[in-house]
Amino acid sequence: QIHFILLFSRQGKLRLQKWYTTLPDKEKKKIIREIVQIILSRNQKTSSFVDWKDLKLVYKRYASLYFCCAIEDQDNELLTLEVVHRYVELLDKYFGNVCELDIIFNFEKAYFILDEFIIGGEVQETSKKIAVKAIEDSDMLQETVEEYMNKPAF
Amino acid sequence: MPAPIRLRELIRTIRTARTQAEEREMIQKECAAIRSSFREEDNTYRCRNVAKLLYMHMLGYPAHFGQLECLKLIASQKFTDKRIGYLGAMLLLDERQDVHLLMTNCIKNDLNHSTQYVQGLALCTLGCMGSSEMCRDLAGEVEKLLKTSNSYLRKKAALCAVHVIRKVPELMEMFLPATKNLLNEKNHGVLHTSVVLLTEMCERSPDMLAHFRKVRQLSSSQLVPQLVRILKNLIMSGYSPEHDVSGISDPFLQVRILRLLRILGRNDDDSSEAMNDILAQVATNTETSKNVGNAILYETVLTIMDIKSESGLRVLAINILGRFLLNNDKNIRYVALTSLLKTVQTDHNAVQRHRSTIVDCLKDLDVSIKRRAMELSFALVNGNNVRGMMKELLYFLDSCEPEFKADCASGIFLAAEKYAPSKRWHIDTIMRVLTTAGSYVRDDAVPNLIQLITNSVEMHAYTVQRLYKAILGDYSQQPLVQVASWCIGEYGDLLVSGQCEEEEPIQVTEDEVLDILESVLISNMSASVTRGYALTAIMKLSTRFTCTVNRIKKVVSIYGSSIDVELQQRAVEYNALFKKYDHMRPALLERMPVMEKVTTNGPTEIVQTNGETEPAVLETKPPPSGLQPASQANDLLDLLGGNDPVIPTAPSSKPASAGGELLDLLGDLNLTGSPVSAPAPQITQPPFLLDGLTSQPLFNDVAAGIPSITAYNKNGLKIDFTFERSNTNPSVTVITIQASNSTELDMTDFVFQAAVPKTFQLQLLSPSSSVIPAFNSGTITQVIKVLNPQKQQLRMRIKLTYNHKGSAMQDLAEVNNFPPQSWQ
Repeated sequence: QIHFILLFSRQGKLRLQKWYTTLPDKEKKKIIREIVQIILSRNQKTSSFVDWKDLKLVYKRYASLYFCCAIEDQDNELLTLEVVHRYVELLDKYFGNVCELDIIFNFEKAYFILDEFIIGGEVQETSKKIAVKAIEDSDMLQETVEEYMNKPAF
Repeated sequence: MPAPIRLRELIRTIRTARTQAEEREMIQKECAAIRSSFREEDNTYRCRNVAKLLYMHMLGYPAHFGQLECLKLIASQKFTDKRIGYLGAMLLLDERQDVHLLMTNCIKNDLNHSTQYVQGLALCTLGCMGSSEMCRDLAGEVEKLLKTSNSYLRKKAALCAVHVIRKVPELMEMFLPATKNLLNEKNHGVLHTSVVLLTEMCERSPDMLAHFRKVRQLSSSQLVPQLVRILKNLIMSGYSPEHDVSGISDPFLQVRILRLLRILGRNDDDSSEAMNDILAQVATNTETSKNVGNAILYETVLTIMDIKSESGLRVLAINILGRFLLNNDKNIRYVALTSLLKTVQTDHNAVQRHRSTIVDCLKDLDVSIKRRAMELSFALVNGNNVRGMMKELLYFLDSCEPEFKADCASGIFLAAEKYAPSKRWHIDTIMRVLTTAGSYVRDDAVPNLIQLITNSVEMHAYTVQRLYKAILGDYSQQPLVQVASWCIGEYGDLLVSGQCEEEEPIQVTEDEVLDILESVLISNMSASVTRGYALTAIMKLSTRFTCTVNRIKKVVSIYGSSIDVELQQRAVEYNALFKKYDHMRPALLERMPVMEKVTTNGPTEIVQTNGETEPAVLETKPPPSGLQPASQANDLLDLLGGNDPVIPTAPSSKPASAGGELLDLLGDLNLTGSPVSAPAPQITQPPFLLDGLTSQPLFNDVAAGIPSITAYNKNGLKIDFTFERSNTNPSVTVITIQASNSTELDMTDFVFQAAVPKTFQLQLLSPSSSVIPAFNSGTITQVIKVLNPQKQQLRMRIKLTYNHKGSAMQDLAEVNNFPPQSWQ
């Protein structure tokens, strides 16, 4: 099971945080600081895996963004790299040539896409087409301004 | 009130901030605006405001005041609201929040919504962060959706069920029926999540596992064959654009199936057999040029190693790992080492074949790879390869990162202990570790090493010489200095006498040795514990060195006023040893005997430091019989503590002056005049007089009635005995002796010894001093406890030694005038 996913820039700015376990806010902040520091200090010659506490961190850099997943001991690290890659592909398919700015300005969409790919730390959909279609269909459901204004709140 | 600014607008604005302070100011301003908007219960812009709040939350600012707003959004009819509302809930409303449970009803409603995307939102939220209570409430809804034909919902429901089971394991049973035909789906999403669900169930419950191994699925086939079939289809079927990843069809599903197969095949012959073929197929046919293929191979190898696979398959698996080790990709090497570590116990020989590649990985630049290579290397050390492996590992110890050194050192000690080809090699290896990584060696390694050195009797001279040389240059590494101090203290005599056989003996004087020990004592680098070692070592040398005893005395007395309490206590006690108890000093500071081998489970085992037992002996001042029997018989100790059943010999008419005859005394004594019988009943290890003697008063009032006697009176030395009987143990008599001196000169170095017949036991406590002042101006008192279980007539032989008027005096006498009340 994936415990959490973090996206951050090369300056250490957080772009997305998804937690699949419950932790106090303070703890989360501390973990983020720690992990960002560990990963940013790794050089090119190292592997993509870091032993951290009782978890394994799997990370990969795409352009200016670091994608980091924390998995359990029995999870397959190499497959997790594929999971990360698939997420990037989904973002790319949705946004078209995705870059960090897309994720900054449309962070809620990044979350929506992630939520169509992973639930509770496990992959729910292995087809790129189906996952992206679900997002696009949901987008269609979002009301136009008139519809929005006219629909009841509760 | 103007409309709140849009989300993207806000993001743009905040990004223009040049300093943290500027950003904070913007945020605070916007938060204030959002707060008042919330207060106005504004429906229109609630969604926009919450979205902005979530952005600010990601930047690290507090957003808890938006929690209730999320609830309102979730309850709204607008899809836009719900989407943001559920996102906000997942970010702000985890189960630790009070208002978390307020979501339950909304989620329940939305699980039954007419729009599948709304249902999806609800399922996702529940499956990511629902609390146990919420899971309990909504498990039924999830179970319903698990049976729907809508694959979009079914896959989500499956993962939701996984979460419910993780939170509330007891609910597992209720999902069982729904799993019956999950695998009949064509939809990969459903297949994948179903496999995850089945995995979770099998991992958590052995009953479930047994159930799934046996039960017939709806389509008349068992689970394992079904999984095998699905996997086969994935491999054999042609290109499927929807699920293709670099030429491999749905690697995510393949890996999950392999993992489930692993669990099903573990410890189960039938299941393992059913999957042998497919595993071989996957292992040989998977494309290895890209990471994705290797991910599948990796999982396959793990499965093969974990189930009851046939040996051919296992060899195939290990070879795959061997190939991985040679791969340029670090990630591949990393997983190879991890897997080999898991299998090294069970398939030791197969892994041994790759030993040299593994050892090469010690030189890798990646920390995780190095660590695994190190652990694996230790696992591969055996009697045959120990010399070569140790060479590599010592080299590694030299150059590795500090975080490894402690573990590496411990590992080397352990391996050396198990497989050392010779004692010399063993000592050399220990020395190498101590000098290379001396400050990283674990604290508990020190006692282990000391024990090892003690037991390598023939290497003492060599060891102490090497240790001495090692700390001469540098005494900053504490564990090294501790071991060295201890050895120098024990074997310093060997050091100065230049007895080393193994290598060229060095010329060292007593003063030079004391120099280095004193340097350790003084140095700022020395820890308190280390100083303790050094001081004790110096003290021990007082009985091994001949010319420098005065220097030692001086050092010891200086530290009597040390600020360090531990050192001070030691010094004071050692001082006392020089002064009042000098007669005991040789015995107490004797060479340590070979220790009982304590089985070490690992470097973490704590072993009593022998270096500490000496001060302990001094602190509690036990009767001399409490000391370990030394290898050389000390007559005094034997007499007082031992109860060796001595075969009675013919009474000797004249006691000689050597110590040995004391033992004869035991045989001399007739027991109430009857002929000496065959060896008296064996008295095993005396439980001694302390049995039955607790802290309560020993003496009863009857004691007042026992008359005292003069046991000895000669040459101005008079010894009186007074008696007391124990309350709790009628066999015990406590005798207090008082020695007085009527001559005009002091009697010094006075020692009183006593022997009693075999059926008695004797315990001599410490004397008040060893000097009897002249002119009866003072006495020495000493307590003797006699155990007389057979209530025999009490008789005693005593031996007195002391110095008087410049000459050594000695006398033996028999005490026969014990009053009957003292023993009846």
